[in-house]
Amino acid sequence: MKRLWITLTWLVFSILILIPLVVLATGAFGEGTSGFIKALARPEALHALKMTGLIVLVVTLLNGLFGIMMGIYLVRATWLSRRLRQLFNSIVDLPYAVSPVIGGLMIVLLLGPDTIVGAFFEQIGFKVVYAFPGMVIATLFVTFPLMVREVMPVLQELGTDQEQAASTLGAYSWRTFWQVTWPSIRWAVIYGTILTVARSLGEFGAVLVVSGNIINKTQTATTLVYQDMENFNVTAANGVALVLAVFSIGLLLLMERAKKRKEVH
Amino acid sequence: MNNTWIRHKGWTWGFRTTVLLYFLILIVLPIAGVYVNSLSDGWSAFVQNIADPIAWKAVLLTLQLALVATVINVAIGTMSAWVLVRYDFPGKSLLNSIVDLPFALPTAVGGLMILVLLGPHSVVGRAASALGLDLVFHQPAIVVAMVFVTFPFVIRAIQPLLEELDTSAEEASYTLGASRALTFFRVILPAMLPGILSGAMLAFSRALAEFGAVVLVAGNIPGRTLTASVYIFGEVESDNEAGAAAVSILLLTLSFLILWLINLVQTRRADT
Amino acid sequence: MHIEVRNLDKHFGQFHAVKDVSFSIEKGHLIGLLGPSGGGKTSILRMLAGLETPDSGDIVFHGQRVNNLPPQEREIGFVFQNYALFKHMTVFENIAFGLKVKKLKKPAIRERVQELVELTGLSGFENRYPHQLSGGQRQRVAFARALAPEPQLLLLDEPFAAIDAKIRQELRTWLRELIERVGITSIFVTHDQDEAIEVADEIMIINGGRVEQKGTPWDIYKQPSTPFVASFIGESTIIEDVNRLKGFENSSQASRALIRPEYIEIGHAGEFRLLSATEKGTVRHLHFRGSQWMVEVEVGASRLITYRSLEKETLEVGQEVHVLVHRAYLFNEEESWIAENALKADNVSMFI
Repeated sequence: MKRLWITLTWLVFSILILIPLVVLATGAFGEGTSGFIKALARPEALHALKMTGLIVLVVTLLNGLFGIMMGIYLVRATWLSRRLRQLFNSIVDLPYAVSPVIGGLMIVLLLGPDTIVGAFFEQIGFKVVYAFPGMVIATLFVTFPLMVREVMPVLQELGTDQEQAASTLGAYSWRTFWQVTWPSIRWAVIYGTILTVARSLGEFGAVLVVSGNIINKTQTATTLVYQDMENFNVTAANGVALVLAVFSIGLLLLMERAKKRKEVH
Repeated sequence: MNNTWIRHKGWTWGFRTTVLLYFLILIVLPIAGVYVNSLSDGWSAFVQNIADPIAWKAVLLTLQLALVATVINVAIGTMSAWVLVRYDFPGKSLLNSIVDLPFALPTAVGGLMILVLLGPHSVVGRAASALGLDLVFHQPAIVVAMVFVTFPFVIRAIQPLLEELDTSAEEASYTLGASRALTFFRVILPAMLPGILSGAMLAFSRALAEFGAVVLVAGNIPGRTLTASVYIFGEVESDNEAGAAAVSILLLTLSFLILWLINLVQTRRADT
Repeated sequence: MHIEVRNLDKHFGQFHAVKDVSFSIEKGHLIGLLGPSGGGKTSILRMLAGLETPDSGDIVFHGQRVNNLPPQEREIGFVFQNYALFKHMTVFENIAFGLKVKKLKKPAIRERVQELVELTGLSGFENRYPHQLSGGQRQRVAFARALAPEPQLLLLDEPFAAIDAKIRQELRTWLRELIERVGITSIFVTHDQDEAIEVADEIMIINGGRVEQKGTPWDIYKQPSTPFVASFIGESTIIEDVNRLKGFENSSQASRALIRPEYIEIGHAGEFRLLSATEKGTVRHLHFRGSQWMVEVEVGASRLITYRSLEKETLEVGQEVHVLVHRAYLFNEEESWIAENALKADNVSMFI
């Protein structure tokens, strides 16, 4: 019985995850190493990877910073009423329930060229939708809960005792944060950062809607994979996808390590 | 000293306002925007948009397929969680690490992987077509894509519960004369049930919303392989934003309901 | 530091935690706030520290009103119930924290930490982390950390609550001696009367958000000013109808009485000089308490508890004995007072 279950589990994992990974890797090298390099060396591929990198950078910085603050406020803010904190707390999760496509649509509806705000920005020469800012906003929306949700439980478990102790010893909030709170939440923040990087790296639906997927302009790595498939350019799609997959696996390994450290502290 | 205190307060106030505004503008405003936008032309316009057979068939199909995917996930997820917690076997830590891979992997890459695996030129694809089965660009592929993307939810929801479950509860059941099967159904399963439930609901809501993996493997034929999120995408592409928004709020409301239910299940569990 | 608190009031939502509390504390005294859980002791302590803001009332340190000072500027040391040690810092770093905040020079910090490490008997543990220490050691670190910046007032919230009963005793004596040596005004919160009696110069009994009584342990024991204090301190039995008790027949205004075991004497007829002041009772239970017997004796409708020396003749259950109630703490709805056994006094005067 035990044998059977173990075998079945191996089978599920193999069919669903391991074999597809192998197929993807072999597909990328279907036309040899040169085919793989050629697929990646295309100007549009390089541009798409650069776009993805930029989005990851901006989004991780912004949501990392604001996510930590929001997490702290939701757990600690005595200046917000309990009710309001509970309400905000449930709103934080909403992006999880929103299909990425809808997330993208929201940005278009709000900031598209036909809207008041969008038209205003257009007039001052600042294009939001079908341009980099819109793609960043869409990704920000999708990844916002990740950091908040990592930081909150650690803060809750930590309690306020150590912070209060610091204050009776004469330390003000800035010093208390850096010397007392930060060392305790550091690994949760690192974990949240990795999650945010992974999610913004892989964001597809929202970015596709907002970007318009314009080659060499607003195309990201994931939307390039999509376009390559639409054009039946399988090897090229596999190549770019493999690069993304390798990054994701790397992030996953980092996550494993961060998780262990997070548990120790 | 008084001066620094005031300055300090001003900073704090500005900082708090910035963070809250960021949060409200980024999350609340867009969601409210969709609702306002699609209901602003009146109720009848909204109903008209929903009544488009392509639209409601897409929503219905998505519900059906997501349900099938969830059922499959509950079965294989429960089994995998059990095996990963209770048994020791070669490769256990490897499997445990790659559970999360579908979360880490871009969904478009996930879709591509399934496409390559089941495609007409692959081994599986050829075998299936020899049997007269169509996989890719048909409903089975959509289900597989949904299962792939939501695979970690059920496992990750059950695992901590199983680890928490004291083996002495089981042993007590045996000493009271219960058989293995009875013990499983009366002692172990009830302990896993909250995890199965919240995992299943999370998986279901994610499957409903899934776009990246599905758009790559689905044929997008209205009524047969066109899911709701792909429909919305199509409407946006063809500049029918009102139609897209109408289906969106249908899907959104559904997802929010599920999210609320999950919260309910979890606070219940936290209370006991 | 001289401390004065006037009309302190605090609500937590609907809950009225501290009700119009006033007291003052002499410089150098060690005060115990004693009372049942949820009575407002910790709230008072936290308001003194500045961790909680009072709704109204004044807190005055050294003649200066400190209500608006944040905890950082009150020059206090606070020992938390669970110590709240910084988990990611070593013992040395924990103790040095407050000194670094004060921007002391490194050699000065090292010297002061060394001094405290020796004072608290933590030598050799400077580089350990809190999770590598025992409960008693952690408590010492918390104590050293609070004392390091040389505060004017030391506040301790249930300092021994998280420690094994065995070590607790040892730590109490240690703490008392240490505070005496440092000579700092200290206030500690406890729900354990033995602890308060043993450690404190003065005790404040706090109940339902009010100060019931303030005084030395001996005064409070001897002259409890409210029924609550009388029942909270020491052991006691409550008698519903005191007028039925021999020697207390004329206590007409009182309805109830509180009698401590040590107010009662039991024994055979031959053991009493004033047999007329005693009445008859029946031994209902005998409990061996290590150094003495605890006896439950039934007198009329009430059951009294007292102790009997092991040196005296051992009693048996069901045995008829004489019971002498020396005094009782009487109270009714409005007031309370202590009454001596009337017959005893009369008899004494008669014999003289």
